[in-house]
Amino acid sequence: MNRSASRNLRYGLTTALAWTVAILVFFPIFWMMITAFKTEEQAYQLSVFFTPTLQSFRDVFARSDYLAFAGNSIAISVGVTVLSLLVAIPAAYSMAFFPGPKTQKLLLWMMSTKMMPSVGVLLPVYLLWKNIGLLDTLSGLIIIYTLINLPIAVWMTYTYFCEVPKEILEASRIDGASTWQEIVHLLMPMSLPGLASTALLLLILSWNEAFWSINLSSAHAAPLTVFIASYSSPEGLFWAKLSAASLLAVAPIMVLGWLTQKQLVRGLTFGAVK
Amino acid sequence: MASVTLKNISKRYGDSPEVMRDINLDIADGEFVVFVGPSGCGKSTLLRMIAGLEDISGGDLAIGDERVNDVPPSKRGIAMVFQSYALYPHMSLYDNMAFGLKLAGKSKEEIHKAVTKAAAILHIDHLLDRKPKALSGGQRQRVAIGRAITREPKVFLFDEPLSNLDAALRVKMRLEFSRLHQDLKTTMIYVTHDQVEAMTLADKIVVLSAGRIEQVGSPKTLYHHPANRFVAGFIGSPKMNFIDGVVASADNQNVVVDIKGGGRQTACVNGESLRPGDAVTLGVRPEYLQLDSEDPSIGGTVTTVEGLGDFSYLYAESPASEEPLVSRIPDTMEVANSSRVGFSIKPHHCHLFNKEGLAMPRTTPAQSRNGSPALTS
Repeated sequence: MNRSASRNLRYGLTTALAWTVAILVFFPIFWMMITAFKTEEQAYQLSVFFTPTLQSFRDVFARSDYLAFAGNSIAISVGVTVLSLLVAIPAAYSMAFFPGPKTQKLLLWMMSTKMMPSVGVLLPVYLLWKNIGLLDTLSGLIIIYTLINLPIAVWMTYTYFCEVPKEILEASRIDGASTWQEIVHLLMPMSLPGLASTALLLLILSWNEAFWSINLSSAHAAPLTVFIASYSSPEGLFWAKLSAASLLAVAPIMVLGWLTQKQLVRGLTFGAVK
Repeated sequence: MASVTLKNISKRYGDSPEVMRDINLDIADGEFVVFVGPSGCGKSTLLRMIAGLEDISGGDLAIGDERVNDVPPSKRGIAMVFQSYALYPHMSLYDNMAFGLKLAGKSKEEIHKAVTKAAAILHIDHLLDRKPKALSGGQRQRVAIGRAITREPKVFLFDEPLSNLDAALRVKMRLEFSRLHQDLKTTMIYVTHDQVEAMTLADKIVVLSAGRIEQVGSPKTLYHHPANRFVAGFIGSPKMNFIDGVVASADNQNVVVDIKGGGRQTACVNGESLRPGDAVTLGVRPEYLQLDSEDPSIGGTVTTVEGLGDFSYLYAESPASEEPLVSRIPDTMEVANSSRVGFSIKPHHCHLFNKEGLAMPRTTPAQSRNGSPALTS
């Protein structure tokens, strides 16, 4: 009895802790969501009881072309995801199945580029983009995002490919499969859960990327991150409008994340638990 | 169908020294050849070189009349069955077996005919819609074999195909491999570390050790006329007893050996190359090391008796041998642990190895290729 009582207590405490952490994490999002439906006056009150209004949304739509920003965000995220996978899959294939003596070092070096502060290369990249005419273009943003996310994409696909038994690819080679057929008919279907979560992560990362979009785009190619940023300072703090804009910006990716969370968790822990 | 010829084949990885060298082997058309040897002896590497999955560093490999060193695996006319089966997990069994034919651009009718024929041979025709994970180990193995059959290869390659199965299934599948070879009459090369598989399946066994071929021969030749101490110890279970001694006298028919720790034993071998005083090792299989209380040549103390039903293995410590001597005795015989026992060996049951481990040619009637004293006496 005693043992089961202490187990129950431990279970209760863990559950309480998990809820606390979850609420702490979710609270800012929750607060943003309700603030978006308040008026500017109500936004300064701490009350959660109020009459919801869509006025802030109307103001946001009136002031800026939300659909254009959202369209850019979608185009960039999808473009980055496709381009990254197109590069990462062959790279990871060669690293996983034909490793050289320096493959591990190469992987670590690729990851180490993520540790470099972006601001350190902002100026050269800005000038480069300006000179080759990529400033404020969708392709300019897609290229820079792909370069940033490639280490993660390669690393993740490499991990999933390493889980695929080598003999299966050898069997297909004996069956007469070319490298391309090996990748398309065997490797990709077999590591589909992993590739799907890599794609989801790439979508989320490029949707959220703010630093480069704010610095390299202004009118034509600006995604939703720029759209939100434009609400933060110039006209003072209009919390309700800012919240409405933010909600509009994060809603698509949050819905996507919500729908695919199982897949995402499974993919990220793939291989960790046998 | 085709023969396989290996001429001076060698293998090295990068700049490191050769891991395999001077591999010369002729495999006749339709022959069942088994590569056997301890872990790391290079048997799988050799098979993978024949398959084209490993580069050949030196020498020539020919399948039929064609040199295939630089021919890709799919063009060599081979099919391979892997230890892990290597089935395509996301495809149905039908697709698994059809994949190679699809890639080769065969028509749907041809593919259907080939797959159903292979499935019928292996009795898996009722499973063709399933995916590999829905099958037992034995069934998966059959699919892997079926995939190989549909390719109608000139040479089948099997890489330890039974080692993932349980003991009972292994025996069953072993018989199926025999039947398959009889039905298809195709050249088959089979890698295993299990010498029972080697003895029961092979027309010809190739014993490998440390990247070299130790001996090539029929199972009976290897059992009764091992070329050296390694092969003598590797083939046969429990392994051959090795007894240290010194040559007392030698001629081209018999060698008399003074056994370490006392006793004298005659061996029917050609001892022309030996001189009195040379250190030698007597070899005798457990079934020929007989308990003898009247005129023993070797003495020992019993440590264990393992009863196996119809017979028992008796283990005895002896100053003549580093490892315990093993003798096969009838199960009706009662021997107490720690009791002193004596053994004798008939001269024509003895093997004799010189200091370098090479076997002296036996001079018994067993020299005829198939007959042996083991079967006649």
